[in-house]
Amino acid sequence: MAIEVEVSTRDRVTVVTVAGEIDGGSAPGLQARILPLLQQDSSLILDLRSVTYMSSAGLRVLLLLYRQAMSRNGRVALAGVAETIKDTMAVTGFLKFFAVADTVDQALTTLQQA
Amino acid sequence: MDTRIDFYPTHQHQGYKLRPGRPVLFGATLVPGGVNFAICSRYATSCTLVLFEKGAPEPMVEIPFPDSFRIGNTWCMVVFDLDYERTEYGYRMDGPWDPAAGHRFDASKILLDPYAKAIGGRDVWGKPPDWNDPYPHRARLIFEDFDWEDDRPLEKPLEDLVVYELHTRSFTRHPSAGVKHPGTYAGIIAKIPYLNELGVNCVELMPIFEFDEFENSRPNPVTGETMYNYWGYSTVGFFAPKTGYAATGPFGMQVDEFKNLVKELHRNGIEVILDVVFNHTAEGNEQGPTLSFRGIDNQTYYMLTPEGYYFNFSGCGNTLNCNNPVVRMMVLDCLRYWAAEYHIDGFRFDLAAILGRDPWGAPLPNPPLLESLAFDPVLAKCKLIAEAWDAGGLYQVGSFPAYGRWAEWNGKYRDDIRRFLKGDEGMVPVIAERIQGSPDLYGWNKRGPTASINFITCHDGFTLYDQFAYNHKHNEANGEQNRDGGDDNHSWNCGVEGETDDTEVNALRKRMIKNALAILLMSHGVPMILMGDEVGRTQRGNNNTYCHDNDLNWFDWTLLERNADLFHFARQMIALRKTHPLLRTREHFGTSATQADIIWHGTQAWNADWSPGSRTLACMFRERQAGQAGNTSPVLYMALNGYWDALPFELPELPVNYRWHLFANTALPAPHDIYEPGHETPLEPYQHSFLVGGRAVVILIGRP
Repeated sequence: MAIEVEVSTRDRVTVVTVAGEIDGGSAPGLQARILPLLQQDSSLILDLRSVTYMSSAGLRVLLLLYRQAMSRNGRVALAGVAETIKDTMAVTGFLKFFAVADTVDQALTTLQQA
Repeated sequence: MDTRIDFYPTHQHQGYKLRPGRPVLFGATLVPGGVNFAICSRYATSCTLVLFEKGAPEPMVEIPFPDSFRIGNTWCMVVFDLDYERTEYGYRMDGPWDPAAGHRFDASKILLDPYAKAIGGRDVWGKPPDWNDPYPHRARLIFEDFDWEDDRPLEKPLEDLVVYELHTRSFTRHPSAGVKHPGTYAGIIAKIPYLNELGVNCVELMPIFEFDEFENSRPNPVTGETMYNYWGYSTVGFFAPKTGYAATGPFGMQVDEFKNLVKELHRNGIEVILDVVFNHTAEGNEQGPTLSFRGIDNQTYYMLTPEGYYFNFSGCGNTLNCNNPVVRMMVLDCLRYWAAEYHIDGFRFDLAAILGRDPWGAPLPNPPLLESLAFDPVLAKCKLIAEAWDAGGLYQVGSFPAYGRWAEWNGKYRDDIRRFLKGDEGMVPVIAERIQGSPDLYGWNKRGPTASINFITCHDGFTLYDQFAYNHKHNEANGEQNRDGGDDNHSWNCGVEGETDDTEVNALRKRMIKNALAILLMSHGVPMILMGDEVGRTQRGNNNTYCHDNDLNWFDWTLLERNADLFHFARQMIALRKTHPLLRTREHFGTSATQADIIWHGTQAWNADWSPGSRTLACMFRERQAGQAGNTSPVLYMALNGYWDALPFELPELPVNYRWHLFANTALPAPHDIYEPGHETPLEPYQHSFLVGGRAVVILIGRP
């Protein structure tokens, strides 16, 4: 399953917008695309509004991002996570590592407050 | 990381890139670029790795292990570029079919890896399987990268534990549980506040290793409902958590979900003990299915008769050959894996006496498996608890080979306390042993009271409510004309068999439940409470509900309101135990190591009635120096009246300046039956005797 990734900047924060299904097939590509972004910027927002499915491998990309950001004293905020994905993340313990917001704007506020 | 030579393949098979693997990493292990597969068999002549696309009926490829990939009796191979989430794997083993010699190889079968860390095929509990699936229980690959942060096993002292035995599905499956994911690991997390409120600090989970709820499933002859292998005492895979218990099972995330459960319980101060079933497997006897062990190395994994049939010390068709060195290694690897990778705090071994038998079934004086577990460095801080008997007649309560480590489910505690509560004569001297941590069983060998896991009820047998509502088992719903289940319940129905509107009978039942909880939580040793007993859960007289996926097993949470007084009583008793170190000594009373002492009384102070007709006993716990030289430690007193009429108990003299306070009196209705520790109600200074109601327990605290 192909996914689309778009990178933009909002108030000097990198926003990565992902669309599609993140699974074992698409996760490595996504990881290769996003990890370098953390080289320049320690914090970023992942806009996941258009992500319809996230497998275990997808959640691990998120956690890897989180660990990388932490090592640079940064943070990762997730915006617009679908309810079912959020639920899976909660039950498996992934969710509590992230700042979670409904929209990119709210995510921005959260990151700026921190 | 791509600079290492061993990250590159050396062989190929139908486009799959391969490399010789590492033999000592049994199971499937993710390595850079691929997966290391390793399996052993002493008598197989060849081995083939069978790979499936997840859920597909036919394999996507079968890769015979090249000859050069075999080392000794192990086959090992790295396969590169597999999609970890979409791949399922199994094995075909070729070898002799010679049952008389113990060999049952059958290359037409696809076999589950004994070290499989995740198993698909029963992803959603109770979903009818495809009976024609050539590979019903499918090994999957997992990431072993859970982020534990700073969690590790809690290592609470054994004497401080209050154990709560629960069944994962039963705990939150009832609609009244009100959780988002009923009957799952996630459901338990949602109920952690309840466990904290009750005060238990350890949950003992009934089997959570992958099992097949459809093993021997059948329609109930009475109701037509499906009867399952519900409890799960029949293991399919020892290294994999039950997928159907995970809310995320359909997404293959049961490993993460279960680890998150352990992490959350730990964060709330609750340890996790697993009930592990190493005495037999789900393959049954020679009539049973060939899922794994039988087809991989029958003669190694099972205890066989000289004719090649299966010994049945488990009562379940076969017996795992635990003291064969290869099987012993598997058991050790398994427990180390759960301790290290899942942060499990302890293990309770089902029918553990089997683990002390040699390959021909004879009890060993120094069983290598039990010794290995006791001395293992990874398991060094884990609790090891034996159900010290088996279905072959080996009964080792008090004599289980302990190596200074093993505790036991004290079956004698259960039977003796039950008989005293029911009103049997001749029990007073015996329950005196039980209350002080069974020194008759664990004193002579210096094992101490913590060798005794005290319980009055467990999943096997009546619930505590049913213990006082039924004289006889009522197992008709199990479909065996009430023949199954034990008859030695030592129960008493308080006058009416089953449910009744009689308020006196119902009040007496509650009192009896409180009596039981009071004795259990005042006894030395480690108390274990069965899920729901704190609110009067009933199984309607069924004492063997292993097959029911319905409200015979499910925790009905409306009981929490209906029997709020029982819950309150249990909670305060647990709180009392936590308040007073006197109740949690590591040594038996009277040994030089302990400053604590126990003194026996009867209806007369200092004069217990040990005669056969006696049904009364009182005991007093205190520090030897209590009341002297500035020592103001409290004195605890418990009066047990097993007689049907009220009797006055003369109270022993307290140190000067001490006064008796009433903590609990089960003869009184709530809210006067129990007080919060520290807020007990003082007796008048001139009160030297206490009238203890018929079939009642009174607990007093003496303090300045």
